[in-house]
Amino acid sequence: MIAIENIRKEFPILNRTVNGKPLVYFDNAATSQTPQPVIDAIVDYYQNYNANIHRGVHTLSQEATDKYEEARIKIQKHFNAANSYEIIFTSGTTDSINLVANGFTSLLNEGNEIIVSALEHHSNIVPWQMLCERTGALLKVIPMTQEGVLDMEAYKSLLSDKTKLVFCNHVSNALGTINPIKDIITLAHGVNAAVLIDGAQAAPHIKADVQALDVDFYVASAHKMCGPTGQGMLYGKETWLKKLPPYQGGGEMIAEVTFEKTTYADLPHKFEAGTPNICGGIAFGAAIDYMNNIGFDVIAAYEHELLEYATEKLLAIEGLRIYGPKDTTQKAAVISFNIEGIHPYDMGVILDKLGIAVRTGHHCAQPIMNFFCIPGTVRASFAFYNTKEEIDILVAGVERAANMLR
Amino acid sequence: MTIQEIQQEIVEEFSMFDDWMQRYEYMIELGKSLPLIEDEYKTDDNLIKGCQSKVWVHASLEGDKIAFTADSDAIITKGIIAILIRAFSNQKPKDIIEANTDFIDEIGLKEHLSPTRANGLVSMIKQLKMYAIAYQTQLN
Repeated sequence: MIAIENIRKEFPILNRTVNGKPLVYFDNAATSQTPQPVIDAIVDYYQNYNANIHRGVHTLSQEATDKYEEARIKIQKHFNAANSYEIIFTSGTTDSINLVANGFTSLLNEGNEIIVSALEHHSNIVPWQMLCERTGALLKVIPMTQEGVLDMEAYKSLLSDKTKLVFCNHVSNALGTINPIKDIITLAHGVNAAVLIDGAQAAPHIKADVQALDVDFYVASAHKMCGPTGQGMLYGKETWLKKLPPYQGGGEMIAEVTFEKTTYADLPHKFEAGTPNICGGIAFGAAIDYMNNIGFDVIAAYEHELLEYATEKLLAIEGLRIYGPKDTTQKAAVISFNIEGIHPYDMGVILDKLGIAVRTGHHCAQPIMNFFCIPGTVRASFAFYNTKEEIDILVAGVERAANMLR
Repeated sequence: MTIQEIQQEIVEEFSMFDDWMQRYEYMIELGKSLPLIEDEYKTDDNLIKGCQSKVWVHASLEGDKIAFTADSDAIITKGIIAILIRAFSNQKPKDIIEANTDFIDEIGLKEHLSPTRANGLVSMIKQLKMYAIAYQTQLN
C-alpha cells in the first residue's frame, strides 16, 4: 500500500493553485515533480560543498567529487550495470542518444541499416537520420498496429546481416505502450546488431535491469523520475563504450595533452568533457534513492490502479477515444485521448483554466499522429503522487470542456 | 469605424463578462462569425507557424483596403483570429501597420495564454501586419 497522503506532503508544488484552482498535475510524462529530499540535496550542494570535481585537492572539491561518484554508483546499482564506469552522466536522454549516434559515425558504412520503431520520440528519430546522412546508412522503420503496438513479425523481416543498430523506446511517450524490448534485443543480437533502448518514459515506472536485458545502451533523464532537469544518463556496455570515440573534447576527458597528441581519459570520463552538472548528478542520485525507498513495485501497482480507474472513467465520456493498447497491462500510466470533433488544443486550454495540467499536441512524435491522421492528442500521464480524486477532477473537467467546445 | 474604435467595441463587449468561462464562450461564438477562407487558399503557404493548432489566413486588396479571411481547426484559436480580423479587416494597409494591439491584454486574453500559445497569437498579429506591409508597397 502506498502512503499517498504522506507522499503528497513531500512535494511542495502540489500545494499550489493554478487559475484559482488546486493544481492537478497530469503532465508527469513530460516532467515529474520534485520531492523535498531532492530539493534538499540541491540546496545542500550549493550551501555546503559547491566546488569543481576531480581536480581540486581541497576539501570541498573532494567532497563534491565523492558525492558525484556516489550518485553514479546509485544509478549503476539501480539499473544493475556491471560497472559504475559504464554509467555516463549526460544532460538528458536526447544528449545520451546524440552521444551514441555521433560515436557510430566512424563505425557505419554505406549500405548498413539502422532500424527504428514507429513509436519513437523525435529525439530517437532525428539523431539517427543525421547519422544516416553522415554515413550513407539506411533507416528502416518497425511498423505498428492500429492499437499502437509494434509489429514484431515485420521487425523480424527487417533484420538482416546489414542491420548494425536497432533503436526503440522502452515505453512510448505518446501512447504509453510498453514495448517487448527483451525480444527486440535478443532478435537484434541474432544478427549482431547493437541495441539502444530509450528508457526516458519507462524509468519512472519500471526498474530496468540492463544485464538481464543484455542491452547495449540504455538511456534516461532525471527530470522524469523526480530529479532535476538538464541531467540524464547513458548506460553503455564497456566493450561498446571503449569502441566509441569521445563525443566532445575538453577538460576532464583527457589523460594527457600536448599540441601533437591527446590521449583520452578512461571510462567514464572519456565522455564527460568539461565541468558537468555536478549538482544535477547528485540530485539524480537522491531522486533514485527517493523512488527506491517507496519501491518500484509499490509505484507500479499504484499507478496501474490509477490507470485502470482513469481509463474506465474517461471511456464513459461520449465520443472519447483512447489511443494505444486497450490492455492496460501493456501500458505505462499514460492516457492519450481525443474527443470526437474537439481539437486537443482547445481541450488543453480549458483544462488549464480549471487548474489541470495535461500535455496537448503531437508529443514530439509526429509520425504517430500522422499514422492516426490526427493533429495531436490530449495526454494525461500519472505519477505515484496523483490520486483518484484528481482523476475525478480531470474527468469532470473534460466533460465540462466538451460541453463548451462541442 | 477605425481600428481603434473597433478594438474599443470589442473590449466593451468582453467587459460584460464576469468570469473566464463566459469570455471563452463568447470568443468561441465570435469564431463562428469569422469570414471563412476559401478552401483553395487553405495551403501550407497560408499557414501561420508557431501555433499548436492550424491557422490559415488569406488577404486580398479591395480598393484601398485589405479584406482578411481565415480559418482554424481549433475553435478557441478560431475565436482569437476572428477577433483580430474583426479589428483589421476592411482597413487601409497603413492603418493596420500602425495599429497597436494592446486591446488583446484588455480583453484578458493574453494574460491567460501561456508563452507558447501567446507566440501563436503574436505570430497571427505579425502575419496580418506582413500582409499589410506587402499591400502598402503595392499601393505606393
